[in-house]
Amino acid sequence: MSFKQSFFYAIFWQRFKRNHMALAATGVVATLFLVSLLAPVIAPWQPNAINAWSVLTPPSWQHWFGTDELGRDVLSRIIYGARISLKVGFVAVGIAVSIGTVVGLVSGYYSGLVDTVLMRFVDIMLCFPAFFLILAVITIREPSIWNIMIVIGLTGWMGVARLVRAETLSIREMDYILAARCIGCSDARIIFRHILPNAISPVLVSASLGVGGAILTESALSFLGIGVLPPTPSWGNILTSGKDYIEFAWWLSLFPGLSILITVLAYNLLGEGIRDALDPRVKR
Amino acid sequence: MTTYILKRILMLFPLMLGITLITFTVIHLAPGEPVEMQMAMNPKVGKDARERMRKFYGLDKPLHEQYVTWVGRLVRLDLGTSFSPDNRPVLDKIRERLPVTLSLNLIALLLEFGLAVPIGILAATHRDTWLDKSITVFVFIGFAVPTFWLALLLMYFFGVKLNWLPISGLHTLGSDGYGTFRYLWDLAKHLIMPIMVASFGSLAGLSRYMRSTMLNVIGQDYITTARAKGLSERTVIYKHALRNALLPLITLLGFSIPGLIGGSVIFETIFAIPGMGQLFYQGAMSRDYPVVMGILVIGAFLTLVGNLVADVCYALADPRIRQGG
Repeated sequence: MSFKQSFFYAIFWQRFKRNHMALAATGVVATLFLVSLLAPVIAPWQPNAINAWSVLTPPSWQHWFGTDELGRDVLSRIIYGARISLKVGFVAVGIAVSIGTVVGLVSGYYSGLVDTVLMRFVDIMLCFPAFFLILAVITIREPSIWNIMIVIGLTGWMGVARLVRAETLSIREMDYILAARCIGCSDARIIFRHILPNAISPVLVSASLGVGGAILTESALSFLGIGVLPPTPSWGNILTSGKDYIEFAWWLSLFPGLSILITVLAYNLLGEGIRDALDPRVKR
Repeated sequence: MTTYILKRILMLFPLMLGITLITFTVIHLAPGEPVEMQMAMNPKVGKDARERMRKFYGLDKPLHEQYVTWVGRLVRLDLGTSFSPDNRPVLDKIRERLPVTLSLNLIALLLEFGLAVPIGILAATHRDTWLDKSITVFVFIGFAVPTFWLALLLMYFFGVKLNWLPISGLHTLGSDGYGTFRYLWDLAKHLIMPIMVASFGSLAGLSRYMRSTMLNVIGQDYITTARAKGLSERTVIYKHALRNALLPLITLLGFSIPGLIGGSVIFETIFAIPGMGQLFYQGAMSRDYPVVMGILVIGAFLTLVGNLVADVCYALADPRIRQGG
């Protein structure tokens, strides 16, 4: 890491840590990572252990979040569900960010016909109601966690592409890019070595917000029964049974919903925190 | 200005072509054939019937020919007939469902804008006070709450616990016999929860957006000028600042069109409302390709046209663009 880079990170951190909400959000995100990593250790019960003698029991010392219609421990299922949410969030956003970044860089750097074609493609993709597109592809192919991640990624890159394109357009005109071209750098080297590092920071913000969005989409799909399929626990499919038993088992709906809410909230606040810390106009 | 509008209208054609291409590709990602799916559900259908089906839908032809015939029929607004047992034309099905979804979502949208604008202004004019902060918290929760969970909670409290509101459908059984007033009251009661769910999530985003544009405008020189010449704060905010801060909402209105049609799957499924979302969901689940393709294409077209109208309105409303273009 060069001096200039470490200076940048130092300033970023200084600004970021003054934002208490964002710090708390970072804590929540870190905790979630730990929970999903250590799921087998911290889950009090086996997530799929069926127990016919404790069906739909309310929260107790034995089962903190109660049990579901098959007598499975809801807390343990939520802990294992965190793994799914995290995986879907990161892989889907990874796909979206990679496609978006490459499209944005190419579009902004080459401009002209390439730019027009790529940006019109972005316009077209934005016309489709995203959830319809996702629903169509997933029901037509098989509902599986991989298909979900891929489809959410493939339908979520357009915003990043526009963002990176705008950054690239302004960076392209800078003197150091001209200098790089003068000493004979290839286009690929200029794009990935000189433009990308300077265009990437706003992407961090949309990535963080995107993880939240992807988790919401996955849970909605699982809730509809076309996402993560039972018996694998996911926050969305726990809520499906929550819906069926809502009249006599509120805990089956409350806790997985709260988990989704808190997780998505944390990623959104983290994204906002990064945005504020990067934005030179925001003074705190 | 006219050139701008003309250019935009001409641009519609390649974009529409792109929409049909993507829709067609999505559907043909499917392993196996739609006909097989339909046959699997009805084992009595023999082999020659299957062949007839294939011929009828043109499934025995190469892909590019299928595409051309499909687009050709699309131009004549022929979306084909549904694979479902009723075998009705897709366009009829959509025509029956679209008004339900559109009117429900339009009410929600009006509610959103009606609430989001004042909330955003309040947050901006009371920046960094407890009011602004509590609005921000509310807004972030609105962003993060899963709509289907919100719907479940509402159903539990207002439907099951308090028994105030009906939890599914649009009408009570036998409501056809009611008088006009009672009929409408019945409908309104059925609509309250879906509309609350539909508007809550976007309310957050909109009011946040309103707050930031308002802050942006308030920071500009002409506002300082207005204040310097001694205008009351009320006049400065509501007469000078608000007009410019409202402009971007037109664009936002354009952006919310796909949500008008597509955002409804969740709450229509939960509340059993016979709208587009439910139709699409059922169509997708039973691999009713004509329905899925029809709704995808129509939804995207409506969005495209809506965006165009929004952009033109924006240009007309903003004198800086109107005279420049």
